[in-house]
Amino acid sequence: MTLLRLAERGLYCEVGDFYVDPWQPVERAVITHGHGDHARWGSERYLSSGEGAGVLRTRLGTSATIRAVDYGEGIDVNGVRVSLHPAGHILGSAQVRVEHRGEVWVASGDYKTQPDPTCTPFELVRCHTFITESTFGLPIYRWSPDHEVFEAIRAWWRTNRQHGRASLLFGYALGKAQRLLAGLADADIGPVYTHGAVERLNRDYRRGGVRLVDTRYASEMPRGHDFAGSLIVAPPSAAGSLWVRRFGAISTGFASGWMRVRGARRRRAVDRGFVLSDHVDWPSLLATVEATGAERVWVTHGTREPLVRWLTERGVDARAVASQWKGEEDSDPVEVPGEEITA
Amino acid sequence: MRRFARLYAAIDETTRTNEKVDAMVEYFRSADPADAAWVVWFLSGGRPKRLIPVRRLAAWAMEEASVPEWLFSECYDAVGDLAEAMSLLLPDGESTIDLPLHRWITERLLPLATRSEEDQRASVVQSWRDLGGTERFIWNKLITGGFRVGVSQQLVVRALAKATGVDEGVIAHRLSGSWVPRAEAFTSLSASETSDADVSRPYPFFLAYPLEEDVESLGSATEWQAEWKWDGIRAQVIRREGRTFIWSRGDELVTERFPEIAAAADFLPDGTVLDGEIMPWKDGKPLAFAQLQRRIGRKSLGGSILSEVPVVLVAYDLLELAGRDVRSEPLARRRAMLHDVIAASRSAAFIPSPIVPLASWEDAHTAYANARERCAEGLMLKRMESAYGVGRRKGGWWKWKVQPFTVDAVMIYAQAGHGRRASLNTDYTFAVWDDGVLVPFAKAYSGLTDEEIHELDRWIRANTVEKFGPVRHVKPVHVFELGFEGIQASTRHKSGVAVRFPRILRWRTDKRPEDADTIATLRALL
Repeated sequence: MTLLRLAERGLYCEVGDFYVDPWQPVERAVITHGHGDHARWGSERYLSSGEGAGVLRTRLGTSATIRAVDYGEGIDVNGVRVSLHPAGHILGSAQVRVEHRGEVWVASGDYKTQPDPTCTPFELVRCHTFITESTFGLPIYRWSPDHEVFEAIRAWWRTNRQHGRASLLFGYALGKAQRLLAGLADADIGPVYTHGAVERLNRDYRRGGVRLVDTRYASEMPRGHDFAGSLIVAPPSAAGSLWVRRFGAISTGFASGWMRVRGARRRRAVDRGFVLSDHVDWPSLLATVEATGAERVWVTHGTREPLVRWLTERGVDARAVASQWKGEEDSDPVEVPGEEITA
Repeated sequence: MRRFARLYAAIDETTRTNEKVDAMVEYFRSADPADAAWVVWFLSGGRPKRLIPVRRLAAWAMEEASVPEWLFSECYDAVGDLAEAMSLLLPDGESTIDLPLHRWITERLLPLATRSEEDQRASVVQSWRDLGGTERFIWNKLITGGFRVGVSQQLVVRALAKATGVDEGVIAHRLSGSWVPRAEAFTSLSASETSDADVSRPYPFFLAYPLEEDVESLGSATEWQAEWKWDGIRAQVIRREGRTFIWSRGDELVTERFPEIAAAADFLPDGTVLDGEIMPWKDGKPLAFAQLQRRIGRKSLGGSILSEVPVVLVAYDLLELAGRDVRSEPLARRRAMLHDVIAASRSAAFIPSPIVPLASWEDAHTAYANARERCAEGLMLKRMESAYGVGRRKGGWWKWKVQPFTVDAVMIYAQAGHGRRASLNTDYTFAVWDDGVLVPFAKAYSGLTDEEIHELDRWIRANTVEKFGPVRHVKPVHVFELGFEGIQASTRHKSGVAVRFPRILRWRTDKRPEDADTIATLRALL
């Protein structure tokens, strides 16, 4: 039985008549998480996890109709049982479990299995069909434990402070930035400033009970303020902008899974790359797919073909499905037309 | 090895010249000379010969990482660098032993050359297990012979000068020629006694800056000497203690490749160093650079190639006379001495670089306009009073190159680049029209801004018609103005022409593909 299929406007459940993370406005949208490629503006009604509702509201505006459900709480949508389960990607991120007549499908959205103090940890959900992301679907992508990455960030910050420089650290405004701010909560090296896009979402995180280091909005500081020795967290789009000039002498860093590859860091022209991702790495991806017990696996975005082939060679019914989700982009997560379709 | 890895990371992590130099200074001040000697060698572009075929290495890495070949090549494509792909795929190393760099090189790396395949494998796999992170990446770069660091020779010289307190010029001199990576060599770098020049050692080449302003900005024309800018091989011919050495600018000893010049050097007095351009030259005229390339590629030089493509040294400077370093003398004086030395040698293999008379800048403009006819790339302008400097310095010498040939061409293939450009499509193939069909004639990699590269990359991904391995056949839509330095008839290229140094000058978003040039336009340039 096909519970979900790829339709023009997104991943569609025909029996329940709802979409998961549609890329065009629909009547009923179940949202896995608040990133721009998953939570799009214009649908009539949204379903979100309770943990993620605040962020979603910030993203979609006050006029959006959002219904929040707790993780694990099942609701009935036209005879289909829908429940949301933690995906461990960012605050409030969810996997969507869809059950009908004993058949269970899970759409993962974006997820990671590593612990992250800013969100509820990933929950494994057994299913018949698992729809997975594959942003880092190659075995070269393996993450180090968080504490090692944060130790490197702290060392970099300290060195910069000694040289009288500000440390400008780029990370996506939603999720990565807060994970950085949480990981540096006890760093005690210098003041921490943020870009407006980050600060806006910090409020939702703090309201959700996530402990972040104290921050100040950089643009509020008076003209000529000395930023030497401080850390500034900003979205990658701020790189090279006029906004950056106010910080004087800086060293730049970028926190992303892509930083695992040297060429990607050099292309970004940042001084330091920190390998920190909110997506599963290859070993966790394979382990998760296996643990779900799924007989069928759809791979929606990222490096799809290698994962599909790997699974197929191991007897799993796997295929690549062309979605318009982008996962963690090498560049900024802007909306771009879908990639070429490969079955 | 760990210290070397840290130095590598420090250099690699910054784009600031001063920080790179500081990192090197710190290393050179405190490192074991035996290690530092190797570091100097590596930073100066020295590489061990490739010791093991990369295929074999890749096969061992696949097995060690339990990754099938198809997945390995997917990873290689994504990384764009074999040594890095292998180090990312291999299981995390333990990094338990910390052998000094020179022992890694002399005990583990160099012996690989004479080992059996089984022993090689055991040794390499063991190193992978012993090394972690950056160290393993560097190690892979070393065994694949592809190690490179982002510092220029000039920066290495500056760092060594700072670390040793010896003058930059002396360091540069001591480094040029063949550097033997031994502790004694490193220690003697910092020796205060400076008359130690090895008999073969060339001087660092003085390089000209491209002229970007109008020539008039250089002041009075009468203070300048103008020469043709030749397109040959820059070289120093050294005659000392009855021996001859010819060094190319790549610090390569090329004496045997140019027997005509080597033979003529026998007639130079001891303690003479000439700087000039090795040029293919026949019947009193230069031949095309492509002719010279025919010679360069050969291992042995038969009589026929020597008579078809004879070479001369078009000499433009004299650096040493009677064993005395004359580089600080003014150019006008060096030039006069050069004429005397060449005249005394009575050899046709040395030609003083012709001087273009320069009464006013107008003469320069006229000569510049005729440069291409003279088989020259433009003009060299050298201040009469200038000393022969070290490296590329602004002020004394300028090169004023003629504009390249240009053609409007359509992009038809694209491919991902390597290293910094891995997973971005940055290698493009261009075509011109031939009777309604687009015929590829040039590949170009450079000339676009980062923004244009990203924009084009997105377009390429969305407009790929077909993929052949890594090569994407794209819709023929975008027109680019390409520049190139020379053009030759070629039987090896489908288009029948081969162009030299093709590069992108501009993205012609104002042109449609049908507006691009035809093969006839190119042939007319032959």
